[in-house]
Amino acid sequence: MRVIFWGSRGSLPFALNAAALKTKLVRALTAAAGRNLDTEEKARVFIDNDLDFSVSHTFGGNTPCVEIQAGSGEYVLCDLGSGVREFGIAALARHGTKSPQTYHVFMSHVHWDHIMGFPFFLPAYLPGNRVVIYGCHDVIESALRRQQDEPCFPVSFDKLGANIEFVALDPHSTSNAAGFRVTPLRQFHSGDSYGFRFERDGKVLVYSTDAEHKLDDPRASDEFVDFLRDADLVIFDAMYSFADSVSVKEDWGHSSNVVAVELCQRANAKHLCLFHHEPAFDDERITRIWRETQRLEEITRLGEPLKVSAAYDGLVIDF
Amino acid sequence: MNLASVSYADATVLTPDMPRIDHANAEEFKTALKPHLDRCTAHGPRLVLDFSRVEYISSVGLRVLMLAARQVKAQGGSVVLAALQDVVREIFTISRFNLVIECFPEVCDALAGKSSAALAAAGGK
Repeated sequence: MRVIFWGSRGSLPFALNAAALKTKLVRALTAAAGRNLDTEEKARVFIDNDLDFSVSHTFGGNTPCVEIQAGSGEYVLCDLGSGVREFGIAALARHGTKSPQTYHVFMSHVHWDHIMGFPFFLPAYLPGNRVVIYGCHDVIESALRRQQDEPCFPVSFDKLGANIEFVALDPHSTSNAAGFRVTPLRQFHSGDSYGFRFERDGKVLVYSTDAEHKLDDPRASDEFVDFLRDADLVIFDAMYSFADSVSVKEDWGHSSNVVAVELCQRANAKHLCLFHHEPAFDDERITRIWRETQRLEEITRLGEPLKVSAAYDGLVIDF
Repeated sequence: MNLASVSYADATVLTPDMPRIDHANAEEFKTALKPHLDRCTAHGPRLVLDFSRVEYISSVGLRVLMLAARQVKAQGGSVVLAALQDVVREIFTISRFNLVIECFPEVCDALAGKSSAALAAAGGK
């Protein structure tokens, strides 16, 4: 299975500005002092091996959109944040406008950051394409239509040329959808959100974003551990520090790296990917949180190691 | 869970004896703390939690501490931690809980910081 992150940021899109880019260039050039980097290849090797991640990369700023590839020949996405725009452009570049494709989309919920990319999803405008949107909320179609109504957007949902279908998922059972066995789980978030457990060919991916974990309910915690059980990859909302998530940001509907590691360790998951980054955090801060999370896993490990990544726009994970 | 309690003048040092505070015993920890928290008012004993025997604390355990700090603050009292082991200190830093509840290197430092009378009663230990 392959997962491609097209959008990893929460709440609203975030752009690397000129000042932040200049800071990275200054750090990179300072680190390169005395090095012979007179070819692009030498520069690439230096960047890949000798620069801190926060200098050589950016976590990007698109809101949630995650692609899942499992060899079915049809596209599978989680959420329609602003990242779906770039995914759509890539898909069109691959197939052109004359080769109809099917796109399956699993919606965690319909908050703005998870639907805002759909009006810019070019494949949805092309006749012949098929877009199948799955979810446990009964307001998905109305939410997508509303965001394209005047005066907020000049192109009505009715102008979309593709065949767009809405499929209601039973939140209490496992369905066969898009070539996967898909199990939803209701999560604590304003208006509810749903995590999805995808299983195919012995591989398990869990997509759990926009979810707060109340620590005073052991049964809910146990239920979530079962939801993550033996997952090969867990994509997990780690937007806030643990301290914030249980104090000033309690009931805001998000979680933390501390809870992410604990639940994944209890569930014997293999790989945790921190997701839904706070838009106020720059690359340096997210990198620091990522390194701290790796350290937390190391010092609290009782069984097998849990690999810890931090999602960024363009990240590809194979498992 | 055994929560040893020793009083020094106007402070009380509480020492949990479990190496792990996690989902298995956090509720027990909370129950054991309660009578001490209820007495921790503006005119009641200041509390020092001696964490020298705690090797690990989970999110559930941290939440118990957060609720304790919140209750005590509302009552005008004071609760601090002391003698965190290295792993627990790292957990506090990573979780940003070092910003929620004050931590001291040793119990005597906590007593010194909160009550000179308590430090004197403890023999400056």
